[in-house]
Amino acid sequence: MGQYQVHEHDVLVIGAGGAGLRAAIEASAGGVSVGLVCKSLLGKAHTVMAEGGIAAALANVDDRDSWKVHFADTMRGGQYVNNWRMAELHAQEAPACVRELESWGALFDRTHDGRILQRNFGGHQYPRLAHVGDRTGLEMIRTLQDHGIHLGIEVHMECAVVALLKSGDRVVGALCYDRERGRFRVFRAKAVVLATGGIGRAYKITSNSWEYTGDGHSLAYRAGAELIDMEFVQFHPTGMVWPPSVRGILVTEGVRGEGGVLRNKEGRRFMFDSIPDLYKNQTSTDDEEGWRYTQGDKNARRPPELLTRDHVARCIVREIKEGRGTEHQGVYLDISWIKERLPHAEEHIKRKLPSMYHQFKQLADIDITRQPMEVGPTTHYMMGGIRVDADSQMSTVPGLFAAGECGAGLHGANRLGGNSLSDLLVFGKRAGVHAAQYAKEHGAAAVDESQIDEEMRLALAPFERGAQGENPYQIEHELQDRMQELVGIVRQEGEMQRALEIIHQLEARRQRVGVTGNREFNPGWHTALDLRNMLAVSEAVTRAALERQESRGAHFREDYPNKDPEAGKFNVAVRQGADGRMQIERRPLEPMRPDLAQIIEEMK
Amino acid sequence: MARAQFRVWRGDSQSGHFDEYQTEVAEGMVVLDAILQIQAEQANDLALRWNCKAGKCGSCSAEINGHPRLMCMTRMRDLPLDQPIQVEPLKAFPPVKDLVTDVSWNFRAKKTVKKFKPRPPDAQDGTWRMTQDEVDRVQEFRKCIECFLCQDVCHVLREHQLQEQFVGPRLMVYTAALEMHPLDVEDRAKDLKEAHGVGYCNITKCCTKVCPEEITITDNAIIPLKERVVDEYYDPLRRLWQKLKGE
Repeated sequence: MGQYQVHEHDVLVIGAGGAGLRAAIEASAGGVSVGLVCKSLLGKAHTVMAEGGIAAALANVDDRDSWKVHFADTMRGGQYVNNWRMAELHAQEAPACVRELESWGALFDRTHDGRILQRNFGGHQYPRLAHVGDRTGLEMIRTLQDHGIHLGIEVHMECAVVALLKSGDRVVGALCYDRERGRFRVFRAKAVVLATGGIGRAYKITSNSWEYTGDGHSLAYRAGAELIDMEFVQFHPTGMVWPPSVRGILVTEGVRGEGGVLRNKEGRRFMFDSIPDLYKNQTSTDDEEGWRYTQGDKNARRPPELLTRDHVARCIVREIKEGRGTEHQGVYLDISWIKERLPHAEEHIKRKLPSMYHQFKQLADIDITRQPMEVGPTTHYMMGGIRVDADSQMSTVPGLFAAGECGAGLHGANRLGGNSLSDLLVFGKRAGVHAAQYAKEHGAAAVDESQIDEEMRLALAPFERGAQGENPYQIEHELQDRMQELVGIVRQEGEMQRALEIIHQLEARRQRVGVTGNREFNPGWHTALDLRNMLAVSEAVTRAALERQESRGAHFREDYPNKDPEAGKFNVAVRQGADGRMQIERRPLEPMRPDLAQIIEEMK
Repeated sequence: MARAQFRVWRGDSQSGHFDEYQTEVAEGMVVLDAILQIQAEQANDLALRWNCKAGKCGSCSAEINGHPRLMCMTRMRDLPLDQPIQVEPLKAFPPVKDLVTDVSWNFRAKKTVKKFKPRPPDAQDGTWRMTQDEVDRVQEFRKCIECFLCQDVCHVLREHQLQEQFVGPRLMVYTAALEMHPLDVEDRAKDLKEAHGVGYCNITKCCTKVCPEEITITDNAIIPLKERVVDEYYDPLRRLWQKLKGE
């Protein structure tokens, strides 16, 4: 015991996806020393998977666009439980963040006059997504990575966090282990930024990588921070469904942005069958108008396939449930039909959606230029997370900041496609600025040795139980199965109560988990440690979902299928009580500033 | 359901051996699925890297039946199941544990390539203008997912261990992306010739053959960089001119 290496930084950033890299770059620009820890190698974070683009009202393709329209779209998509100040800052600052990325070497597809091209996406009124084919995330993470490595940021790759360290109320560092050798490291810092991404691995069918175990959510919760909106988990409407081994892998919304249509096994475009009132004025009612929209006709309204993700996912579930699904329990997504409208459609598809073409060809033997794809919903994104101050991104715990997917507020009940990459840039940057400032204003504080000793003891306990203990992978798989089954797209009281019981049983089993082998690069041990986080976020999702007795955005209750105006006045907050148990509270929404309320009124 | 035999390299930085495993093969399965199944059911501490499972992050590189591949993009049905499938770590890098190798050199070497330096903005508002053609020209290089399979098969690195003299195909692609970037004005010719050793590449095109992103590494990236160095250093007229100017 007591064996660890010590590192000191003014600002410690945890996570090296888009938000973490952007925060580290900005903190470094603020003149403080910055350490960056990440679970994988640099440049492998989940941002790499983002396909569609970065939403920013550059107005390059349609000059009617402005931050105000983007703001109104984001709030409408989030069903008005968003943090309106975050939505305002995001819409205002995203364009400059995209241009900044270009100045660091990112190359976006171009308009005819040589500016950044923008594409259509669900819930965005105008073509708004700056993109590079369908690999925008790779372009973004590589640009940030290659820019960041020249700024003196100290990167600690393959290093995972066990616990945040506190001095009184304040967070002053983190206890980590390096995956390669399994040695403990204590990072002392004046400010800590969490940028750990989402929680998708708590579900069986997910587009997320193994890293997405809710670490930041759980670390912050255990350090006393408040989480909000945990009931809002986004199920992306289009994941691959066949073959089984690729189930859940993302099929970009860009397919629909480029004219792809959804059909059931009878060949019907079922999305025309139910268009929500909020979107009636903006949605086309026939094939022809929808096609013209995707081809840039400014007078056409968007096709119903580009309605928000929550709605499209539920329509797909309905089709499957009512027996109109495909052989492998999905629906068809067809882009090949555009050959009826476009000369050289095959080349066009390959140029616009190269990685989709590649992915289906190699993994499913489907040529998307000739055949429809089979798709179904997949757990994709966590709207909920650490409650932060909109301007500074500081959580409810001093010295602890959060940005990107692990933070909450911007997206409300449902995130619009493309708003994630812009979220990473805008709020990653803000977190970096404010963490650096906080570090300058506050001196170093002592870490609590007894906390470190206790956390190291807990982390090593699975080795003592060895092969006699529970298999960590079995607990993980069972949790994933049950969350999928009981707290998925369609929810109800009884099932979620059952889920809580199961989570408690699994938590008891987790405390008996055993691992074999030694501490060197031992994935069994890593999984055992990740389980603590996965179980904590699963409980938070379930409890928050029980508390919200209505259906709104991504949260759909079979027993409360309608939206309740009263429930639109609060966020559900989760925090650890003094007795160590999870507490649920309702936090009334701040009244919206009149000028912003007026923008929403005008855009209705 | 079919069963498959695997021979998986288990070991650490000092020594290792092959262990045999059997596992079920379901429809559409890739090698990564099978390895993760073995890990969950039979060998909890089996070390490997993976992230996206969709050929986009470049983490799960390994040598499968002797061929450098991404495990997530190698379908089981494309391998003969009547004999054991052999899975080993990349051989050009020092072993860490099982299928994990120490690839940190690639990250250190990247830092030695001069960073992107854009020309002044084209428009008053601080933005640039580029054509789609200009952008398309370098997109091929920017597709790179840093799986390091090209580094693994490069003779200069794998057999001759000349990491100090030659940065390898991945970083040649990286340099090409910067050199051919429509906005970049930095000059990397001297580094290419000296510190980065472009001359060491003898155009066997092994790197191009293994690239999962199908980047034509040798023809489109390395050869143009070699030509750039030749133009700069070996063009007789240019050398005369430099002499006259006293450069």
